[in-house]
Amino acid sequence: MSAPRRARGLLLTGLLVALLVAGVGSWYASSSPDGLERTAQRTGFAATARDSATADSPLADYSVAGLGSDRISGGLAGVIGVTVTLVLAGGLTMLVRRRDRDRDRDPAGSGD
Amino acid sequence: MHVPDGFLDAPTSVATGVVAAGGVAVALRGARRELDERTAPLAGLTAAFVFAAQMINFPVAAGTSGHLIGGALTAVLVGPWTAVLCMTVVLLVQAVLFADGGLTALGTNTTLMGLVAVGVGYGTFRLLAAVLPRTRGGVLVAAGVGAFLSVPVAALAFVGLFAVGGVADVPVGTVAAAMVGVHLLIGLGEAVITVAVLGAVLTVRPDLVHGAAYLRRPADLARRPAPVETDSR
Repeated sequence: MSAPRRARGLLLTGLLVALLVAGVGSWYASSSPDGLERTAQRTGFAATARDSATADSPLADYSVAGLGSDRISGGLAGVIGVTVTLVLAGGLTMLVRRRDRDRDRDPAGSGD
Repeated sequence: MHVPDGFLDAPTSVATGVVAAGGVAVALRGARRELDERTAPLAGLTAAFVFAAQMINFPVAAGTSGHLIGGALTAVLVGPWTAVLCMTVVLLVQAVLFADGGLTALGTNTTLMGLVAVGVGYGTFRLLAAVLPRTRGGVLVAAGVGAFLSVPVAALAFVGLFAVGGVADVPVGTVAAAMVGVHLLIGLGEAVITVAVLGAVLTVRPDLVHGAAYLRRPADLARRPAPVETDSR
């Protein structure tokens, strides 16, 4: 049935944390190249990278096209990403989930 | 570790696409056993959190950064098959909306971060959890080591793909040394974040943590919605 109240508390807290991390925490992210990019630069294969077909997306590189401020643009892109991911992943897992509770997982809980 | 378009040739990208699609197909079946009304929303939230956490690049060495992959964390929280699905959704959103990771490299990235990182992270976790004390500390150590190892192993898997289908003519040993070196450092960050987040969830809702199920006492299990069959033991 509906999630117990404390589970709802965890879900709401988790969502708030995710939105804050993406919307505000991302302001403070390092802009240095990541491990793979750095490796590619150092060892000489960075130039083989090509722009993604989605490079012209209005959200490309975690900024919202047409928004001036880096922080607002990046933060909003993060909030949009969290929301889209939540809807897609949550929708998928709700579709896939087990509905018949009489075949609940075994008490040992190995489940896999 | 998001691989852009162009690093790997077309046959390699197609091959990793097939591997990723196969992995996701198997995961769709496996995840059914892990997900119910209680855990399915948590899985969606975990994916959203991984997306957010992946935006936070932390510095690891001069001029180099890294971010959480989240494969081990997700697998311990919601189960390994569900983790494959969560990571795939995150990578799909990143590639399509944010141009992070190439579109033709989506199979490669799903293989590296969805299959390898999850598999190594969760496999290591289960091995260690079996020998460590059945305590909260044991769970956290097992998850931390799994998270740590998942990063350099995923980096090595990329090197393997580069050896087979790298477009550039660069010695594989040079790439391997650089990749593994920097990703050992990033793995430390992965372990720290994984232990912090898992510790927080274990504090408030240990009953919702897939990987901590073996810690549950019968008294705790009894509080859950009762299964129809009676426990024969």
